[in-house]
Amino acid sequence: MIRKVLGFYLLACSVVWAAPEGLTNEELVRYHDLLEELRCLVCQNQNLAESNASLANDLKRQVEDMIRAGQTDEQIKTYLQARYGDFVLYRPPFKPTTWVLWISPFVVLIVVLLIAWLTLRKRQATQTRTDAVDRDALKRLLDNE
Amino acid sequence: MSRWFLLAPVLVVGLLIVVFAVGLRLDPSRVPSPLIDQPAPAFSLPSLRAPDQVVTSDRLRGQVTVVNVFASWCVPCRLEHPLWMEWAKTSDVPVIGLNYKDAPRDALAWLARHGDPYAVIASDLSGDVGIDWGVYGVPETFVIDADGRIRHKHIGPLDPSTMERDFRPIVEQLLREAS
Repeated sequence: MIRKVLGFYLLACSVVWAAPEGLTNEELVRYHDLLEELRCLVCQNQNLAESNASLANDLKRQVEDMIRAGQTDEQIKTYLQARYGDFVLYRPPFKPTTWVLWISPFVVLIVVLLIAWLTLRKRQATQTRTDAVDRDALKRLLDNE
Repeated sequence: MSRWFLLAPVLVVGLLIVVFAVGLRLDPSRVPSPLIDQPAPAFSLPSLRAPDQVVTSDRLRGQVTVVNVFASWCVPCRLEHPLWMEWAKTSDVPVIGLNYKDAPRDALAWLARHGDPYAVIASDLSGDVGIDWGVYGVPETFVIDADGRIRHKHIGPLDPSTMERDFRPIVEQLLREAS
């Protein structure tokens, strides 16, 4: 029974996921890595591997054909970038239009660290001052003895 | 020092207002095309009406043209279709149809039913030319200048106000440039 159910699932998966034929193992790894890194333009929060949109399937076929034709990953990415823009890449290139995207997390981190440092320094200064006041008071009390 | 900290929430809220004012007005489904100002990608496809004839991208040179990507299975295409019927009657600028991933029989039936505004229609059954043109959401409309370069792209159906306010002025501007 279990074997039958399992077999059914495997069959169902193979229908949805038409794995490319005739690629070497190394090419298959490249194929899957590329599909993970390329964005589907129809369902924008999915990559090509996850998406089953008609365009995504066409683009999968395109990637497969280009790998078979001996194109490098870089060439395939450039091909898609020329048609759909940087948006197809989940790791967009570092250039003036994407500076904000790449740099802003670090700017926020630096600002937060700066605020934390200032706050801590201020707190420490107040504490030292309180200590000093306490010591004076103590001295006065001792002197009065 | 503490007075500066009092200002911080105001600054943060101000910054957020700016971010949202800009960000919420952008439509993430409209991805800017890298093909703007580039030569229109070359193609050679069978004509939808006469499959033994070939429609090539040479058709896009020598005059200002509009390329409209459509399909019979595309519901929003029906929405903008009357605008192209009107266009064909009122403008000299030819609309070239790119019938995207559509069975020719279905496309012809659709045109027979809703009218045919296209000067010529190329049949892109496999969708390969669509990929070259960066098509990802039908309908899409391109404006091509007399030198065969893409100068404007509209993604999704055109509505009457966008047509009159944005689209037509762009085409008219190119016509003035060409003359």
